[in-house]
Amino acid sequence: MTILDKPASGGTAAGDRSAPEVRKLRRETGGANVFSHGFLVFWGALTVLPLLWMFLSSFKSDGEILSDPWGLPGALRFENWARAWTEAHIGQYFLNSAIVVAGSLSLTMLLGATAAYVFARYEFPGRQICYYLFVGGMMFPVFLALVPLFFVVRNAGLFGTWTGLMLVYAAYSLPFTVFFLTAFFRTLPTAVAEAALMDGCGHFRLFFRVMLPMARPGLISIAIFNFLSHWNQFILPQVLMQGDDSKWVLAQGLAALAVSQGYQGDYSGLFAGLTIATLPVLVVYIAFQRQIQAGLTAGQLK
Amino acid sequence: MRHGKYPLIVTFLVPPLLLYGIFVISPYLQAFQISTTDWLGYSAEADPVGLANFERLLDDGRVWNALKNNAWLLAVVPVLTIGLGLFFATMLAMGGRKGRAGVTGVRGTSVYRMVYFFPQVLSVVIIALLWREVYHPNSGLLNGALGAVGLPTPTWLGDPRTAFWCVLAVMVWSNVGFYVVLFGAAMSAIPRDIYEAVMLDGASRWTTLRKVTIPLLWDTVQVAWIYLAIAALDGFILIQQMTNGGPNFSSDVIGLRMYETAFGSENRFGYASAIGVVLFFLTLSVAVLALRAARRDRIEYS
Repeated sequence: MTILDKPASGGTAAGDRSAPEVRKLRRETGGANVFSHGFLVFWGALTVLPLLWMFLSSFKSDGEILSDPWGLPGALRFENWARAWTEAHIGQYFLNSAIVVAGSLSLTMLLGATAAYVFARYEFPGRQICYYLFVGGMMFPVFLALVPLFFVVRNAGLFGTWTGLMLVYAAYSLPFTVFFLTAFFRTLPTAVAEAALMDGCGHFRLFFRVMLPMARPGLISIAIFNFLSHWNQFILPQVLMQGDDSKWVLAQGLAALAVSQGYQGDYSGLFAGLTIATLPVLVVYIAFQRQIQAGLTAGQLK
Repeated sequence: MRHGKYPLIVTFLVPPLLLYGIFVISPYLQAFQISTTDWLGYSAEADPVGLANFERLLDDGRVWNALKNNAWLLAVVPVLTIGLGLFFATMLAMGGRKGRAGVTGVRGTSVYRMVYFFPQVLSVVIIALLWREVYHPNSGLLNGALGAVGLPTPTWLGDPRTAFWCVLAVMVWSNVGFYVVLFGAAMSAIPRDIYEAVMLDGASRWTTLRKVTIPLLWDTVQVAWIYLAIAALDGFILIQQMTNGGPNFSSDVIGLRMYETAFGSENRFGYASAIGVVLFFLTLSVAVLALRAARRDRIEYS
């Protein structure tokens, strides 16, 4: 029989102590669970309430939003969504964002994986310098580069183009991607690679046929991380995509919608726009939450 | 065995290096040079003025005011976020003590983790616009609730005394979930028997947290500290979208100051780059200081 040796317990005999101890412990557990659940539920509500409010408000009329912030919508006014989708061009911006992110993500993954593979697996002069040059980029605040970057992109004739955005997103994602994937490729067993080379497999085929498939978990992690950061980019498109609003990405479109909402008082349209922008990401997140959480924290724990 | 590796190294390394060199390294290098000129952007001439921009910075009240706000963010955001993150992660990982079976999580841990993580997958622009509406003096969620129970309804973002703290609260709100998941992942790597041992020794939850969990998580807390400190030195998107630095510069931050100087009405690119250089050295010293201060002996479990 195990007896919990609490310093506070008095000098009662060991035999008759065990029963009340167990009861006391159980009571402590119950009380503590109410305590912990209280805080947990409170923070959960704090997280969900604003989002739920945004969703419900997207169905309200402007009058309902102004007069009764906590009330439920009188009817499901999908016309708010339609207005945000067409008049505020949220649909167009959504598509633009998707195109830019598809391009930049592919580029980041291709260039990041190849560079990381070389750093992790091959010895060559200047390797250390190149690696630290890449990884050092993680430390720089993007603000410092903003002004010259504007001119670099403009001089390359890429100002206001999706190609420009894709290249810049990819360039600024490389430091963390290379850092993460180099560490990952190093963990893969060398024996497999050596066996493949022995069997006459070329270096290129080794990479595409053997190493890339083995690195899949790491690639997925970093792809999720980069997807979210590209999708949520704001400062880079704001600086590099001024002017032609038919090419704007979602974040810019929402910021512009918030400004025009200020003039027109179209609150329901703003809430509808925010909801349209939020829902797909949230749905994808809920579907793949485990992978996404694991992917995003894996990088930080390394 | 390693013959023929150079074609691969060159093909794999040159494209990423080129992209990175053009869009990341060269802008950073140019920024240092531009910061010593009086360049007004679109004009052709840029005369070298030495350190005049930096001298002017010393007398620029608005820059000092912005720096003061960044200092507040730096002092408050990491402490609050890490504190709350550790608190909730502990609750989730070991909130329930099931009799003598040891330490277990509360029921519904994965649901809490999923919900807390929501803000992390949302774009910062969406968070900023949503919270701007939550704080709305008339139709906002917050004042709707305060008004309903008869409490005074402040103007939050419209009041110089509260605007900055309202944005700070949103910064903490949007970050806590990520650190709950991050610390949770780190806690799950701590062997169970350590907790069973200290529980049998009669340690309270608080003692367990302070003497066992936090020391074992120290590496992760250190990483969190650096990430949050770098985020606190930025804060640009939230501030720009929620208050635009106002009212009366009460919520200004250094990133916004730089953006306004460069891309606002004046295009003072030379001066803006000088602000960027200061931000660069601040970020660098904070990262170095955080690494130094947090350095402790590494604890190995096995």
